[in-house]
Amino acid sequence: MKLRRVLAVRAAKLVGNISRKMGKQGVTWAGLVARLIYPDILQDLAGQLRGKSFIVCGTNGKTTTNNLLCSAIEAEGKKIICNRTGSNMQNGVVAAFVLAADKHGNIDADYACIEIDEASTMRVLPRFKPDFMVLTNLFRDQLDRYGEIDITMDILKKAIKMAPDMTLLINGDDSLSVTLAMETGNKYHTYGISEKVLDGDENSEIREGRFCKKCGAKMKYNFYHYSQLGDYECPGCGFKRPAIEFDASHIFAGDHLSFEVEGRKIEANYRGFYNVYNILTAYAAGRVAGLSMDHFQDTLDKFNPENGRMEHFFINGTKIELNLAKNPAGFNQNIAAVMEDQTPKDVIILINDRFQDGEDVSWLWDVDFERFREESIRSITVSGIRCLDMRLRLKYVDIPAKAERNVAEAIQDRIKNGVGNLYILVNYTGLYSTRNTLKRMEEESR
Amino acid sequence: MKLTIGHLYPDLLNLYGDRGNIQCMMKRCEWRGIEAETIAYRLEDPIDFDKLDIVLLGGGSDREQMLVCSRLKEIRKDFKKFVETDGVVLAICGGYQLLGKFYETKDGRIDGLGLVDLYTVQKKGRLIRNIVIQSDLFERPIVGFENHGGRTYINKNKPLGKVIYGKGNDGRSGHEGVIYKNVIGTYLHGPVLPKNPDLCDYILKKALERKYGSVELLPLDDTQEHEANDYIVKRYEDKVQNIKEEILRRI
Repeated sequence: MKLRRVLAVRAAKLVGNISRKMGKQGVTWAGLVARLIYPDILQDLAGQLRGKSFIVCGTNGKTTTNNLLCSAIEAEGKKIICNRTGSNMQNGVVAAFVLAADKHGNIDADYACIEIDEASTMRVLPRFKPDFMVLTNLFRDQLDRYGEIDITMDILKKAIKMAPDMTLLINGDDSLSVTLAMETGNKYHTYGISEKVLDGDENSEIREGRFCKKCGAKMKYNFYHYSQLGDYECPGCGFKRPAIEFDASHIFAGDHLSFEVEGRKIEANYRGFYNVYNILTAYAAGRVAGLSMDHFQDTLDKFNPENGRMEHFFINGTKIELNLAKNPAGFNQNIAAVMEDQTPKDVIILINDRFQDGEDVSWLWDVDFERFREESIRSITVSGIRCLDMRLRLKYVDIPAKAERNVAEAIQDRIKNGVGNLYILVNYTGLYSTRNTLKRMEEESR
Repeated sequence: MKLTIGHLYPDLLNLYGDRGNIQCMMKRCEWRGIEAETIAYRLEDPIDFDKLDIVLLGGGSDREQMLVCSRLKEIRKDFKKFVETDGVVLAICGGYQLLGKFYETKDGRIDGLGLVDLYTVQKKGRLIRNIVIQSDLFERPIVGFENHGGRTYINKNKPLGKVIYGKGNDGRSGHEGVIYKNVIGTYLHGPVLPKNPDLCDYILKKALERKYGSVELLPLDDTQEHEANDYIVKRYEDKVQNIKEEILRRI
């Protein structure tokens, strides 16, 4: 076995290096090669961990939460394995371990923080039994790939049942996550926000879980945060938001974020209410695993996601923020975050329809783009494979947009002719290439 | 002139940007100075079909569709009268299936509204991809996205169009959708209306004519609609692209 393990690790590293030289991330192929040589590689390497292991799952916020958790645990002086690039299918998970092993096939790590795509849990959990599963939320996402949300929930339920000793950490504000956790029978902890933060009637937003998954009655809400997240109760069967163990209070979400949890004040230099959840989740995960998290604020101060999640660039006098937005819930939150900046700005929206994005772009019509119909939005450029669909979507909320399929051209144009403040929202497959383009342009401008 | 659109149960049937179809109809009325109103019905609301000119029945998840089914039985009589008196209906995906006599799933048979002589049988494998069809109503092809496990058989009814690229009603007949009187049933998401303004205007015109007699719609500038439509049509005229997508789909 040892020989096979060493062979698998070395071959995977070689393949990873070659494909990185070809300009790819190189992770997926490395994982595939390792698995082909030694199918049990994952349980073998994961078994060498000295401490606990986490998997992070859910529709939105996986990568940010996982990377923040990883940095926070590192700050507590632990050695850690993490798939930071966000390669979260089976091969990406395997690669995280394989590429962290030394040439003898040995792992020197205390903890593992692994982000996993919901659909891949069925393939990973038979081989790898983590101590904790962190579930961020469950929203509508890529219906052509995942199918309806009920199907995603079924997959997760089956996968979780394969690891009955795994403890769940769930968002108590999400009735779907709570239903799922209760149905699995696994032990679970909750985090959430018990105060109403956002004002205004947001009833037009498309929501999942309007009806109780247990009895079918229409849920009653005391308030919503966004999408189906909020304080809910079923009048039919009495199912309601559970007691919250890690409860964030005194929330401020504007040009920066702050909140309190367990008597600690936490501040972050990000925008976007959804990031309160990401930060709270990472904090709660560390606490549930018994860590003190005394260095959490330091970690946040230094944390630079460097993966196209609210990543900043500065090119020839233009401030640029790149962000991933791949489904209605995420997009609506991103639009709200962009609008927190009230100064004049240009926006580029890139929409691709490759398999990883979801081939069906219907979801664009479930996003509330009319919120961009504001004076501070000076221009919108649509880009990517389905830029013409995006332009049409905006036309029907009376927002004119220019189409430029090539995102590098679109960015160049806005740097040259824009207002010096540019937001770029891209869906999945556009992220890596757009980020590389921006990094290259930033270097060339220096 | 005024049109009233009844949106049936968007609480439950709201998959795949169905509200884009409403937005499209409303805007194309507004741009022409035609007053338009949408009434969104919840499951418990009574529906007065005499007040409605167009009914939109969207798609939902299988579970949500089951919740709707029992309610549909209660409105069947009024809905049938609406259809038989040339009321305009757009039924998408799950809504299209509900128009028929039944939907046979592996768990049993769900009764439909029986408004159109068609039925649906669930079979293994979902039909998921972009789709291009040619209707004899319009010169320009209709484009959209299909995603369905049910195979729909329309008996002697007229299809909405012939499949140029994609799978259509049952993956075999080469037909997509159905037209019966002023009822249009289709599997096309996208949503279907914005990229197919001819179809949207056809629906608006039929509804106006039922109410006001002969009507001519003011032409609109549809350059952006046509460019988005052309992109999909051209993409699947390219045989190499078709093969490439087929291979990627299988790995």
